[in-house]
Amino acid sequence: MSFKDLELNMGPQHPSTHGVLRLKVKIDNEVILSIEPVVGYLHRGMEKLWESLTYPQIMPYTDRLDYIGAVANNFAYALAVEKLAGIEVPKRAQYIRVVLAELMRISSHLAWIGFQANDIGAVSVLLYGFEDREDYLDIFEAYAGGRLTINALRLGGLPFDLDADLIARIRATLAGLPRRLREIETLLDENRIWKHRTQGVGCISAAEAVDYGLTGPCLRAAGIPWDIRKDIPYSSYEDFEFDVPTSDRSDVYGRYQVRMREIRQSARIVTQALDRLPAGEVLAKVPRVLKIPAGEVFHTTEAPKGELGFYIKSNGTDKPERIKMKSPSFINLQSLPLMCRGGIFSDIVGILGSLDIVLGEIDK
Amino acid sequence: MSAPSPFVFEFLIPLGKIVAVLFYPLVMVIVMIWLERRVVALIQGRLGPNRVGFEGVLQPIADAVKIIFKEDIVQRQADRFLFNIAPALVMFSSLLAFCFIPLGEPIRIGAYELTLWVAQSPVGLLFVLGMSAISVFGVIFGGWASNSKYPLMGALRSVIQVLIYEIPIGLTVLTVVFLARSVDLVEIVRAQLAGKVWYGLLMPVSAVVFWISGVAETNRAPFDLPEAESELVAGYHTEYSGFKFAFFYIADYAHMVLVSSLVVILFFGGWLPPFANVPALAFLHKVPGFLWYLAKIMFFLYLYVWIRGTLPRYRFDELIKLAWKWLIPLSLANFLAVVVLKYVL
Repeated sequence: MSFKDLELNMGPQHPSTHGVLRLKVKIDNEVILSIEPVVGYLHRGMEKLWESLTYPQIMPYTDRLDYIGAVANNFAYALAVEKLAGIEVPKRAQYIRVVLAELMRISSHLAWIGFQANDIGAVSVLLYGFEDREDYLDIFEAYAGGRLTINALRLGGLPFDLDADLIARIRATLAGLPRRLREIETLLDENRIWKHRTQGVGCISAAEAVDYGLTGPCLRAAGIPWDIRKDIPYSSYEDFEFDVPTSDRSDVYGRYQVRMREIRQSARIVTQALDRLPAGEVLAKVPRVLKIPAGEVFHTTEAPKGELGFYIKSNGTDKPERIKMKSPSFINLQSLPLMCRGGIFSDIVGILGSLDIVLGEIDK
Repeated sequence: MSAPSPFVFEFLIPLGKIVAVLFYPLVMVIVMIWLERRVVALIQGRLGPNRVGFEGVLQPIADAVKIIFKEDIVQRQADRFLFNIAPALVMFSSLLAFCFIPLGEPIRIGAYELTLWVAQSPVGLLFVLGMSAISVFGVIFGGWASNSKYPLMGALRSVIQVLIYEIPIGLTVLTVVFLARSVDLVEIVRAQLAGKVWYGLLMPVSAVVFWISGVAETNRAPFDLPEAESELVAGYHTEYSGFKFAFFYIADYAHMVLVSSLVVILFFGGWLPPFANVPALAFLHKVPGFLWYLAKIMFFLYLYVWIRGTLPRYRFDELIKLAWKWLIPLSLANFLAVVVLKYVL
């Protein structure tokens, strides 16, 4: 066995490939020569499966795509179908959807902090992140009964309204958020080892990031303030005031900073939405059997992982002819070899973690 | 009642001590495993094992029983001989070093003097350091004999790490030896009593550098690269299962106890109570020295756990940089300073 040109197989069963991702890594001692992600181990044939289901039936399946941020998938799918069918969603429902989606973003980012810190060896932060995320899962449980894949939205609105109790609970949880975030930041922000492991690691230039179609926090960490909530607002995002955090670092540390700031911005959006929650219905009148006239639509949203879009082609029946999803994890993953160039073997897990991939979304 | 025969003094008591040396580290390992799991759990806001025995103290024993009954797998591609002796070698070298660790001053029972160590040698310190270095052979053999890529990488990392961190350890130990004018662990502690001050307070740089290097040598967080779970799965013992894995695991913890013992003996007065020479605090001598020693090593074992619960893991190049750019120059300068000061004063 030569160490000059050693081929190492990371995954599909490996503690830190975030699921069943396989990486073909070529290393020279500890230095990465090349790296090739191999996907498809979690392929469930989702897109094909959807062709045999009616539009409302598809909704719970979308939960299983990015299972760390389930509501974001529901949201993107519902918006695409509503746009195609011309369904007007009540204002109150739009606001509550924003609340749920942003809470999901917070919970997804908290889980990310935990995974990322664990990959770099700070085991305790994993538990802190998950402990904090627990509060948000509890909120979803109180809202819809589920914790992970909660099927929280319906075509045309929401299954349930937010009651005063739940609103008070969300506010209380968000009030505790800054203190929890500071706790994590105290452990990591100025930690020399954390900085060694994240600063200058996994760099990608802004131009390369755009060329590779990078979206979400990874793109914003490269210095490009592209956020669909801001640039192509949907579901009343234009009503809320929030900043798009960016970083010029474009390394793992930059992505960490961007996500930490995004959590705070999400909390800001939720607070505004709860403050100005309009009265009214939460579910539009949608026919029992939803037949959409022939046509096609693409609608894109800002999911926690990046730009999540659905392309739907209808043929006049109650089932779609074709659905194709643009999943952020899949597209972000392709920049992994670029980010790993010249890196050291230990960097792979840190960089892979910083992309925040979910295999359910990559393999579909 | 007649005096016990020489048979008791010359055979039974040494035998008893040898058995004690086998069991004392193992008991400490059990305590350490429990301490680690509980304390890390509390740091992380979890409960940790709390069902088996009082507050889960017996959990390590339950784990050991489970692990004995696990299937012992030897891979087809493995080098059977080396694969099998590697865990034994690691265990053996860790336990053997404990023979030279003194737990206290000799106790007088009538005319007989019971020493609290199995062997005293004028080069005891060298022997202990040598034994702790031999354990790395077990790691190399284990990693190489598995004939698998992750264990091999883990073993290589471990070797490089231990070799590099031996240098600052050697240099800091040298300062202690220089002051105590002895390489005998018992004499080093006595010299700290005679010198009226613990060497750790006299030479804090030595103590800190020795402790950091000790953590690195035991492959513990933040220097746990050889077994970095998120990168190398389980490092050099990836392919081991059952009791052979347990050997690696126990030896790891025994090694920690050994390094803590060395820190305590070399820098923090071994079995001496704090301020051993202050007459007003003479009552502290009433407490058996063994308990002082235990309390001190428990502190350092706790420190191990605390560090692990707080810090992320170093990367390989940073680890080497830390040794070559900081610890080795620092310990060299420290050695020079100690020598010059000793000569001047």
